Amino acid sequence: MNHSSALMGLASSFALFSLLAVGGGVSVLPEMQTVMATRYGLSAESFVHIYGLGQLAPGPNMLMVLVLGYHVAGLAGAFTVLIAFFTPALILSLVGGRLWDRVGETPWRRAVQNALEPISLGLMISGLYSIAREALNGPVSFGLCALTFGLLVSTRINPVLIMLGASVAGVVLMKTTGLP
Amino acid sequence: MSASSEPGIVRPSIAEMFTQFLIIGAISFGGGIVAYERALLVEHKKWVGADEFMAALALSQTLPGLNSVNLAAIIGQRMAGLRGAMACVIGLTIPGATVVMALGILYDNGRNDPLANLALAAVAAAATGLIANTVRQMGSNHFHKPLSLALMAVTFTLMSIIKLPLLEVLLIVFPVGLWLYRPRRSA
Repeated sequence: MNHSSALMGLASSFALFSLLAVGGGVSVLPEMQTVMATRYGLSAESFVHIYGLGQLAPGPNMLMVLVLGYHVAGLAGAFTVLIAFFTPALILSLVGGRLWDRVGETPWRRAVQNALEPISLGLMISGLYSIAREALNGPVSFGLCALTFGLLVSTRINPVLIMLGASVAGVVLMKTTGLP
Repeated sequence: MSASSEPGIVRPSIAEMFTQFLIIGAISFGGGIVAYERALLVEHKKWVGADEFMAALALSQTLPGLNSVNLAAIIGQRMAGLRGAMACVIGLTIPGATVVMALGILYDNGRNDPLANLALAAVAAAATGLIANTVRQMGSNHFHKPLSLALMAVTFTLMSIIKLPLLEVLLIVFPVGLWLYRPRRSA
């Protein structure tokens, strides 16, 4: 695979992910993981690590797609993915914003929203499942997931602090117990 | 600056929009960016009315792509056209793109560093708890409705159990969903 065909492949894959990301980035994670594994040989473990990198950076977590592009084709790959992943949805937003104002509240617009909400949720659960299957592989990681979820549900602590605390505790526990 | 249809709303300059979205892009961790955008646009700066914000949010969630980025584009466009949209989107994504690339290069060069891998495994585990909570919040209006649950279950099954490509899943479930929720004449 030469360089420019690698970039073309990345561009078409991530442009499609952008247009299929119904309900947000999590929805497209299973598809992304499959394509990265089958086409670019990225292990599920590395995919989940790169997803973790996205959580450590500020702004949209899905900016981790840049690292996927970097993995395939260096800085040019990262830049290609940046443009391919953000431009299609951006154009749709700009066109959609104008149409939306013009169309106004119609029964069909309501129907589209009503249909997309459960579909988005189903896809998000698939995204959750694809990450969880790889990330939750032992008592410590299960505990971290449960702890984070429990604290988010039952307290008003800033999610950033919960994530950071859970991660630090996780590293210490994994290191001392030797369990994942 | 241009006036909005709602009273008390004053539109900012392109530079102000860029700077404020840059700040959100730099300080928003752990998801939930839409909440930061709301605080900035509606409560703090009053650049956008509450109703206008909700309408833009609904649209950003309906369209594919990242909700927070779509929202920045839609609001930016409303405030100052294409240049406004670009200012908001670029501001929102620059800090995270820079940080994630720096981390990504470090990760790629030290792929077998055990401590880094341990830390990322822990972060990913905690992130599953975060996603689960997002699903719980978004689903609160749907988990008690049989129709929603059925559509959700079919979507999940096609995607994760039968493992169809996402495009095919959407081509199956979206028309079905649209038919299920089609507008009906009120009796």
